[in-house]
Formats: sequence, C-alpha cells, structure tokens
Amino acid sequence: MADPRQAARPLSPHLQIYRLTVTMVMSIVHRITGAGLYAGTLLLAWWLIALASGPDAYAVFEGFIGSWFGRLVLFGYTWALIHHMLGGIRHFIWDFGKGFELRTADLMAWGTVIGSVVLTVLVWIAGYSMMGAL
Amino acid sequence: MADMRTPLSRVIGLGSAKSGAHHFWLQRVTAAANVPLALFLIASLVALSGADYATVRGYLGHPLAVIALLALILSGVWHMRLGMQVIIEDYVIAEGPKMLSLILNIFFSAAIGIACIYAALKIGFGS
Repeated sequence: MADPRQAARPLSPHLQIYRLTVTMVMSIVHRITGAGLYAGTLLLAWWLIALASGPDAYAVFEGFIGSWFGRLVLFGYTWALIHHMLGGIRHFIWDFGKGFELRTADLMAWGTVIGSVVLTVLVWIAGYSMMGAL
Repeated sequence: MADMRTPLSRVIGLGSAKSGAHHFWLQRVTAAANVPLALFLIASLVALSGADYATVRGYLGHPLAVIALLALILSGVWHMRLGMQVIIEDYVIAEGPKMLSLILNIFFSAAIGIACIYAALKIGFGS
C-alpha cells in the first residue's frame, strides 16, 4: 500500500486554529501529566532501590527528596498523579457514554483542574502534619 | 501516487484484525487498578513523611504493603507503556525513529518494572 501521507490532501486545522476550551486543555494536560508520571517512575524506582539497599543509600535519597528541589519535584509528582487520576475518572464516565453534554464536560474539566490542585494541597498539608508521626 | 482517498476509505470493508480493542481494554483495566493502588501510595507517603529508614522499611516490609506495591508496579508500568506508545505513535512520524522509540519505551517500562519489583521483594523478604 502506498504511504497515505503522500496523498496531496489538505491537512486538517491544528491547535493554533481552534479557540482554547477547557476540555481541550485538560486533554492536553492529561497527556503531559501522563508523560511526567512516566519519567517520575524513576523517582519511585530510586526510592524503593535505596530502601532495599540500606541506610546509606537511603540517606542519599532522603538528601535529595528533602531538599527544596526534591520537594518541588515531589509536589509536582503528587499533582500530576492526582490530576491524571481525576482525568482518568472523567474518561471512565465518558466510557459509559455519559457526560458528553457541553456543560457537563466543561464542569468535569474544571472539576479536574480545581480538584487536582485542592487535593494536592490537602495531601501536602496532611503530609506535613503527619511529619514524623510514625 | 495521486490517490485522494482517505486511509479509512482504503481499508473499509476489509474486515478487522480482531485485536483493535486489546490496547484500549488493557489501558482501561490497568487504569481502574491504578486508582486504589495510587491512593495507597499517596496515603503511605503521607503517613511516612519524615519517618526514618527503619520505620519506612518496617512499614513497606509488611506483606500487605509489599503485595500492594507489586500490584501498583505491575499495573503502573503496563499502563504507562501503553500510554507512551500512543504518544509516540502520534508524534514520531518517520518509521525508523518510531520503531526505535516504541522499542525503547518497552525497555524503559520493563527496566523500571523489574527494578521496582526486585526492590519491593527485597524489602519484603527483609534481607
């Protein structure tokens, strides 16, 4: 079969043509957070391997994650995880054929972005209030 | 080739390969599993904040924690492999780089999965 990309058909309009909508942005952010979580598994792997290796290796990990940069990365990871989770739940609702009305879809998209920020902050407040509790 | 037909019109009526939904289905099954498993991870991280090495080791060394970790790792890396595959297929157009990216995606996911599983087992068996 010939390469379909060689057909001299007009291309469909791309991102710069459309007016930004919240559902569209959340779709893009869902993909970006997914890719971020993909890279973030390196952090999870480092954590588990350091823990399995012993106190010295774990101290190196703690040194990183306890620094302001490590905290920032972990905060971003928390937000990405929660955002991707809420976005995934939105997709599940759509999978059942529900929530396609414009108003509902917009509300769910706003719910994803607002919910993800609120939940992330709550998780971090809980984390700091649990500091050293165990 | 001056064929103006769309890719869809070229293949329509040829029948399906009978496996088109496999990727989608596993994406959703692993996604469903990831929800409670990721919540376990978040709850654990909150509970363990500021904890020292022995405490974290003791917490994650519990059989139930190891089992949940293993489930999270398996479901997670599978899910992310499927997701990254779609991203690659969308953006990497040239056949060679696309094939290479798809293979590297599998290698990366497998490496993360194997490393995390080994570490979780070692934490669990306590050696």
